[in-house]
Amino acid sequence: MSAVADDEGRRARWTPGRAVLLAGSLLLAAVWVLPLAWALAISLKPEAEATRTPLRWIGSTVTLQAYRQVWETGDLVRWLFNTAYISVVTTLLTVVFCAMAAYGFARTDFRGRKLLYGVVLAGIMVPPQVLMAPLFAEMVQLGLVDTYWGVILPQVAVPAMVFILVRFFDGVPRELEEAAFVDGAGRWRVFWTIVMPLSRPVLAAVAIFTFISTWNNFLWPFLVTTDPNGMTLPVGLVNVQSSYGLRYAQMMASVVIAGLPLLVVFALFQRQIVRGVATTGLAGQ
Amino acid sequence: MTTSTAGPARPTGIRRRWTEHGLLFIAPFLLTYTLFLLWPLVSGVGMSLRSDNITGSGGEFVGLDNYAEAFGDPGVWSSMGNTVWFTVLSTVPLVLCGLVFALLAHHLRFVRWLWRLSWFAPFLLPSGVVGLLFLWVIFPSDFGFADQLLASFGLHPGIGWLTDERYAMLSVVAATVWWTVGFNFLLYLAALQSIPRYVYEAAELDGAGGRQRLWHITLPMLRRTTGVVLILQVLASLKIFDQVYIMTGGGPDDSTRPILQYVYQAGFTGYRIGYASAVSYLFFALIVIVSLVQLRLSRRGGEESS
Repeated sequence: MSAVADDEGRRARWTPGRAVLLAGSLLLAAVWVLPLAWALAISLKPEAEATRTPLRWIGSTVTLQAYRQVWETGDLVRWLFNTAYISVVTTLLTVVFCAMAAYGFARTDFRGRKLLYGVVLAGIMVPPQVLMAPLFAEMVQLGLVDTYWGVILPQVAVPAMVFILVRFFDGVPRELEEAAFVDGAGRWRVFWTIVMPLSRPVLAAVAIFTFISTWNNFLWPFLVTTDPNGMTLPVGLVNVQSSYGLRYAQMMASVVIAGLPLLVVFALFQRQIVRGVATTGLAGQ
Repeated sequence: MTTSTAGPARPTGIRRRWTEHGLLFIAPFLLTYTLFLLWPLVSGVGMSLRSDNITGSGGEFVGLDNYAEAFGDPGVWSSMGNTVWFTVLSTVPLVLCGLVFALLAHHLRFVRWLWRLSWFAPFLLPSGVVGLLFLWVIFPSDFGFADQLLASFGLHPGIGWLTDERYAMLSVVAATVWWTVGFNFLLYLAALQSIPRYVYEAAELDGAGGRQRLWHITLPMLRRTTGVVLILQVLASLKIFDQVYIMTGGGPDDSTRPILQYVYQAGFTGYRIGYASAVSYLFFALIVIVSLVQLRLSRRGGEESS
């Protein structure tokens, strides 16, 4: 091959410099893929060979035995369900609550609106982690320890998301809504039938990032769940790692199963995620 | 409402539409925000002045005693130090690797999906998964992947990646860089894609070579992004907990224990939630100070460049 096409079909010439860059990139990409590839390789080995040295990528046979055993113990299925349920509900509530609040701040007027928005913006500075002690005490008092709502509710009101959405709504021309007002539509209808559909890209970005961070959250679910049946996937895995004993193939099978869902999400939503990072980059984490 | 009659003439028709129903839209958010952020923020201050146990009851008012104790507590200082040390060690490679990866992916202009997949995908893994992966198969001595890789080059190091005080923190940093560099990579990639092409074309006409374009166009235009990446990275690194808790448990000999783990231990395994709250607010103060300093620095930087 003498040339590769860039995204506008222009041809970039192969030079020694480019070849070196490509080789270096491939090496770096390999370094990044290796740990995951190794986890996959171990999960496909018979248990007895999982920790055999020296390094061998494929055992005497390729087997799904570790996956079958993980599946049959049932915990992983339970945690997958918990995590999916918690992530979906959290994402829905976050998107709806934050979008409504942002619309209220951007498009309506009432006494104390500016002050209230200031209070919300100040919340961006507060890392949820510093609240773990008082929040947990509150959960005990509310009786929400070991419940789905105990995991979900503290993750729902995200001031950074309101900030992102307010900036977006500020850029939407008011004329679009005024036409609907003339036709007699109320606030609520205008919000749901005009503003929300119009905001789909930014809402998708907010939703994807909320979903990823909820799915992967460790500290809060770890604190607020003690019953293994109610644990999320990351917490459950860490909690019972000792009960695997030294069954490395099973542990890596769990790791692969736990990692897979979001990799699929990424494959499906690559573009929105890449664009979303640009628009919601300020959200952090 | 009585207040409305005193104001100027009420807007009518469509204009009035803009001024109604506001609070109802904000109410659901405001309720959860107040209950689960503002209230714990306030009640935590109260707790930090008491000697409460884990449920937030049964203690008595002790004033600033918890804070005084925290200031004299070597555990607080060492875990605070570990946190800052981790932040220093992790931020530099995370920002630099993010930048380099983005430049490579942007300029190579082909198999972009491959670069995105390999450098970004680890970011999507739960910290629990990353922790277990590194704890059980990458970093164990002798049969771990890291040791075996070295062994295939003829070295037999038997390094205690996570159990030797000299290497434990570095190993945690390495795992963290591997895991989270994708986010910075994507931020830089998005920034690179937003630099207009004509800038480069103009430079090319003026005879600027690849290296000159990198130094005089690309890097200066990324300065604002670097500011954002740096702030986000430092704040994220200061909040380290998951990886350390899973991979080393804070050891060996507390050498990797971060401040959030100290809070966890004080409150949730030591049952002193009042003291844990006090330590939390010292940590919060550190975060606020770091944010303000960075804000000041980035403002000054912005003024100079404009």
